[in-house]
Amino acid sequence: MEVSVTVNGQVRTADVEPRTLLAHFLRDDLGLTGTNIGCDTSSCGACTVLVDGRSAKSCTMLAVQADGADVTTIEGLAGEDGLHPMQQAFHECHALQCGYCTPGMVMAAVSLVDEYSDLDADGVREGLEGNLCRCTGYQNIVKAVLAASE
Amino acid sequence: MTITETPFAGGIVGEARLRKEDPALLTGEAKFIDDLDLPGALWVACVRSPHAHARINGVDTSEALAVDGVVAAYSGEDLADTWVAPLPCAWPVTDDMNNPAHFPVAQGKANYAGDIVAVVVATSRYAAADGLEGVVVDYEPLDAVVSIEDAESDRVVIHEDLGTNVSYEWPLIPDPEGVDAAFEAATHHITETYVHQRLIPAPMEPRGVAVVPAPHNGDMTLYSSTQIPHVLKVMAALTLGVPEQKLRVIAPSVGGGFGCKLNVYAEEILCMALAQRHGVPVRWTESRTEAAGSTIQGRAQRQTIELAADADGKLTAVRATLLADMGAYLQLVAPGVPLLGAFLYHGLYDVPLYSFTCKSVFTNLTPTDAYRGAGRPEATYAIERGMDALAVAVGVGADEIRSRNFIPTEKFPYDSPAGLVFDSGNYQPALDRAKELIGWDARMAEQAERRAAGSTTHLGIGISTYVEMCGLAPSRVLASLNYGAGGWESATVRVLPTCKVQVVTGATPHGQGHETCWSMIVADRLGVDPDDVEVLHSDTAISPLGMDTYGSRSLSVGGTAIWMATEKVVEKAATIAAHMLEANPEDLELTGGVFSVKGSPDAEVPLAGVAFAAFTAHDLPDGVEPNLQAQVTWDPPNFTFPFGAHIAVVEIDEVTGAVDLIDYAACDDCGNQINPMIVEGQIHGGIVQGVAQALWEEAVYDEDGQCRSANLADYLVPSAAECIDMKLDHTVTPSPTNPMGVKGIGEAGTIASTPAVMNAVVNALRPLGVTGMAMPASPMTVRRAIEAAGGGAS
Repeated sequence: MEVSVTVNGQVRTADVEPRTLLAHFLRDDLGLTGTNIGCDTSSCGACTVLVDGRSAKSCTMLAVQADGADVTTIEGLAGEDGLHPMQQAFHECHALQCGYCTPGMVMAAVSLVDEYSDLDADGVREGLEGNLCRCTGYQNIVKAVLAASE
Repeated sequence: MTITETPFAGGIVGEARLRKEDPALLTGEAKFIDDLDLPGALWVACVRSPHAHARINGVDTSEALAVDGVVAAYSGEDLADTWVAPLPCAWPVTDDMNNPAHFPVAQGKANYAGDIVAVVVATSRYAAADGLEGVVVDYEPLDAVVSIEDAESDRVVIHEDLGTNVSYEWPLIPDPEGVDAAFEAATHHITETYVHQRLIPAPMEPRGVAVVPAPHNGDMTLYSSTQIPHVLKVMAALTLGVPEQKLRVIAPSVGGGFGCKLNVYAEEILCMALAQRHGVPVRWTESRTEAAGSTIQGRAQRQTIELAADADGKLTAVRATLLADMGAYLQLVAPGVPLLGAFLYHGLYDVPLYSFTCKSVFTNLTPTDAYRGAGRPEATYAIERGMDALAVAVGVGADEIRSRNFIPTEKFPYDSPAGLVFDSGNYQPALDRAKELIGWDARMAEQAERRAAGSTTHLGIGISTYVEMCGLAPSRVLASLNYGAGGWESATVRVLPTCKVQVVTGATPHGQGHETCWSMIVADRLGVDPDDVEVLHSDTAISPLGMDTYGSRSLSVGGTAIWMATEKVVEKAATIAAHMLEANPEDLELTGGVFSVKGSPDAEVPLAGVAFAAFTAHDLPDGVEPNLQAQVTWDPPNFTFPFGAHIAVVEIDEVTGAVDLIDYAACDDCGNQINPMIVEGQIHGGIVQGVAQALWEEAVYDEDGQCRSANLADYLVPSAAECIDMKLDHTVTPSPTNPMGVKGIGEAGTIASTPAVMNAVVNALRPLGVTGMAMPASPMTVRRAIEAAGGGAS
C-alpha cells in the first residue's frame, strides 16, 4: 500500500506492506534509525515519536495509520542553531548513558512539556511512566525535563 | 594506610565535564546494531524450543522454504558439521567440572525453552518471521527440571552423558577446624537462608548480530551488540575455525549491557556460519520476548550464611554455602560468577575465620551468567542481611553492629580471611555520612512514634555497607582460579602532527562515558583541550588488543594503561623538547601544554612544536624514533576494593502489603574520581537496578519451565514513577594499586541497594513478628509474610 507521511517537514511516500509498523517504516524505509525499538509489547517507549504533535509509540501504529499525518522523529528535533532545548537539557543534566532509550525519552518529554505548563517532579515521573531507562535511575532525566520546562 | 595525594595537576580531571558521547546519542546519529545499513543482507530468525526439555524427533523445514522471501532453513543436524568446537565456556573452575556440549543449534534434544532448534534465512525481517511458522518440529516433551533443589536430586538428569546435574563443587575453606571451633565457641550462631531470584538483565537495546563476509579473500566482519569484541574475536575464531587474522569484530553503539552482553552467543556463531555458507551479509536482531530464552539471566542461587559471634556481636567466623543455577548450559563465564563473590561473604568486617562452598547445578532454564555485580551483590546481600539478624540477636542497632565489626582503618592493606589483600579502606566515615544524609536520628524517632501510635503504615530503615572487588583482574590470580584468559588492558596514546590526540583503548564502553573520561585523563596530563582528544574503541581492526568492559575494570585497568601510555608519550616528548631547547630532559616540566626548563622561564617549547618536530623527524635526538606515540599493556598487581554505605527508608502498608521506597542515601568511596558527574550517574542507575531486584523484578518460571515474565509488560523494569531522588555523597580513599588511585563504580549501587532495601522491609515489619522476606518483596509476598507471622491488620 502507498503511504504518504510528512516526516520532519518533508513529505515521504513509500509502498509498504499493510502490516508494516510505523517504527519499521521510519527505520527501514526512510532510514531514520534514530527511533529505536526496545520491546515488542509497547512497554518501553524507545520508539516514541510525535504524531501530529503528540507523543506516540511508533511500534503501536501501522505505517498506514500514519498516512497523511505529520510525524516528528528525533532526527527532526535539532535545528540549524543546535540542539533542541530538551536535548540540551539532557546533555547538561547527564540524563543519558547508553543512549538507547534517549530518542524516545526526549520525544516523550517534549510532548509532556508541551502539554502541561506547570510540571513538578512527580508530574514528570508520572508523565514519563511509559518510557523505560535502564541506565540512569531517572533522577537526571527528571532534572533535565524540569530544566527544559522552565 | 597510605593515602596518596591526587596525581592530577591539569585542572581537568575531577571536573563534572559534560559527555562528548551525548550529541550523537541525542540526535539519532549514533548507530546501534539494528541501524546498520547492509545492502543485500539476509535476515535470520531462530526457531526456539517452546518446551523446557524435549527430544527432537524430527525437523521439517519444507513449508518454511515455500514462504515468500525465505531463502533457506536449517535444522541442528543440517549444521552439525559446521562447528569446529562447541560454544565456549572460558571458566572451567575445577578440573573435573561438568560442561555439556552446547552448539548454536540443538541436535536431538532441547534443554530449555529458547534453545534454538532450527533457523530460517530470508530476504527481510518480516519474511524470516513468516518462515518460522513453516518449520515443523516433532518434539517429545520430557520432565523439566526447574528448581535447583530438584536439579540437585538428579531426579531427572538433563545431560545424560554427564550422569548428574551437578556441574561442580568449589570450596574455599582455609582452616576448616578453626571455623568449626569458632562456631562451637560462639555466643551467637546466626543461620539464614536467602534466595536470589532469577533476573533478566534487560538492557534497553536487545542484542543483535550482523556478519559481512568477503568470500573471495576470506575476510569476515562480525558486528555484535557486545561488551567484549576482543574476547569474542578469539572465541569465535576457535569455535568456527575462522583464521583469527581474517576476523574483525566491531561493537557499534551498544545500548547497555549489564553483563548480559559479556558472552559468546549462539546467534553470533550462527550468523557467521550462515554468512560463510551464503556468501552474503547475514543479520539477526533479537526481539524483547525472545531475549528471555536467548540472553543470559542473572543471580539464581540459594545461599545459607552462618555467622559466629561473641557476646558483644564481634564476628569470629563466617560460613557461606551456595547452590547456584547455571541453567541448561554453561555460558562464557557462568561457573565463575559465584566465585567472584566467594571471597566477600565476610563483607567489610574483620573476621578471622572463613568458609565458602558453592555447588552449581544444571536446570532446564535459560543459562545464567554475569549480571551487574556478578557474585558480589549475592555475597553482600548474604552478609548484610545476616548482620541485621545478628544485630537483633545481640540487641544492638544495625549501625552499631557494623561499626563494631568494620575492618579497622589501621589494618589496611588488610589480609582477608579468604586470601585477598584489601587495598585501602576507611569504612566508618562512609556510614556516618550516609546516616547524616538520611537524617538517621529523625527517621528512627519517626519510626518509634509510628510504632507507639499503632500505625499500620510501617516505616522501615535499612542499612547496607559493602566492599567489592573491582579491576578484574591480575592475570596470575585469574590463572589460580582457572580462568581462560588474562586480566590486562591495553592503550595507545598518539599525539598527531597537529597536536590533536588519538587514544586507542581496549575497553569497550556501552554507556559508561569512557570517551569523555579517557580524554580527560590524557588532556589533564598533556595540557590539551579534552575536545582535541579522540578515543577509539570497540573495533578490533582499530584497537587490536583488549580485554573489554565488565566487572568495573575499565578505569582501574584500562584507564591506568592510558595514564601510563600518556606518561610514556610525555617522556618521549620531553626528550625531543630537551633536544630542541638544548637542555636536559630531567630539567623540563610540562605545564599547560608547554615544556619549559625549570628555573628558566623563557626557555620553552609548546607540545605542538614537539609533536610536529616528531612528525617531520628532521632533527630528532640520536636513537629517538619519529612520531609521538606509546602503547602500554597494564596487568594490575591487585584488585581494587571500593566500599560505601547505603541506607534505604521504606513505607509498608500492612493491609495491602505494598512497599514504597521513600528515601535513599548513599555514601560511596571509589577512590579518586575522574568525572564526578559520571560517577553519580553510575550510582543512580546501579541503585535503581538493585532496588528493582528487592522490590519488583523476577524471571518467573512455571513448573514446566516456561518463563511467565518474558517481556517488558510482565517483567517489572521500574519506570520513573516508581523511583525517587537519591541523596549521594562520597568519601575519597585512593587505591594504592594503581597510579591514579582509582577503584571503580559501575556496580556499587547494585551491590549495595538490594540488601539495604530488604533490610528496611524486614526492619519495618519486625514488630509484626516478621523476621525474613523473599525477593521481590511484592505486595503478595509481604502480605503472606505478615500472615505467616500471625500478625497484621487485613
